[in-house]
Amino acid sequence: MDKIVEPQPHTGARAIGRLELFMGFAEMGLCGFGGVATIARHVIVEKRRWLSEHDYAAILGMGQILPGGNIINMTVMLGDRFQGPLGSVVALAGLMIMPIIILLGLTVIYDAFAGLPDVRAATIGAGAAAAGLVIGMGLKMGRALRLSPVHIGFALVTFLAMGVLRLPFIATILVLAPLCIAATWWSVRK
Amino acid sequence: MSGDNLILKLAMSFGALSLVSVGGAPAMMPEIHRLAVEINPWLTNGEFARDFALSQTAPGPNFMMISLVGWRVAGFAGLMAATLAAIIPSSIIAVIVGRLYTRFSKQAWFPIVKAALPPLVLGLIVASGVVTARAAVSGALGFAIVAGSALFVALSRRNPLISIAGGALIGLAAGRLGFL
Repeated sequence: MDKIVEPQPHTGARAIGRLELFMGFAEMGLCGFGGVATIARHVIVEKRRWLSEHDYAAILGMGQILPGGNIINMTVMLGDRFQGPLGSVVALAGLMIMPIIILLGLTVIYDAFAGLPDVRAATIGAGAAAAGLVIGMGLKMGRALRLSPVHIGFALVTFLAMGVLRLPFIATILVLAPLCIAATWWSVRK
Repeated sequence: MSGDNLILKLAMSFGALSLVSVGGAPAMMPEIHRLAVEINPWLTNGEFARDFALSQTAPGPNFMMISLVGWRVAGFAGLMAATLAAIIPSSIIAVIVGRLYTRFSKQAWFPIVKAALPPLVLGLIVASGVVTARAAVSGALGFAIVAGSALFVALSRRNPLISIAGGALIGLAAGRLGFL
């Protein structure tokens, strides 16, 4: 195997300790509403200067093409880069522990009042708005991507398979991902 | 089903899901809905929509919907099983790939794979929204809230919590006025 060369952060040789990793990711977890992606860039690149803009984009891009949660993958890779596998655990703990406690607290409080007619009505409205939020995220992403016609076709087929026909996820991805990669490769090599 | 089997089933289901998912947690909702509502009698449509709204209300990764489903199914043990199963296998892959990063990023296939996945992710995310909306909504007012919230998020950069709070207030008012 080749020698593994790990890319260094562009901020000099500053060591990023476990406590700083934990605190930084705790900050991202606690300030991230509707997902952590936006706040993560702010904390990692601008506020704490752990990575350059370029290195952050690269590590997030890698997190996106790997299976699993994108932010989870980025957190694990960054923790490992600075402090090895234990750094991954520390960074994940920072990201997840407080938000999960808050979520459970909200859930317990909600459940205590769930029987009230007002709460039930508000829940229906909030559930509809949360669903709309995901559609809105998709629309925003679609506008930003500027896809080629072939890629728009793949987006539509994926949507139909999962959203309308409700085909099984694993089979759908195992068929569509290689096809889309092949189509992309074919269109690039022309 | 006995408790141990349920924990095992949660772990296997979410572990498998996270190993083949692309696009992160927002894109996983159709499959989480299938697991929790359609295949297993874990949640009703209304409970799924309620829990999704709760998970969006708390700060933190979107991924926490998985933790909450685990909690609903089997309490703390279920939460740990679902969360860790969805994190650990994919994280091991991420660490290995992260260490080989400089080799991968220079391979010719890397930019192709990177360009090929966003269309699938886009399709999955919109499907997630539609599946969640179908679980959440029955009447015309519900569809109006879905549409209003989608437009708010697509067109503004404000905190998405505003849209959930707005939806809750409209629901509350509609309930008081007898529309729900």
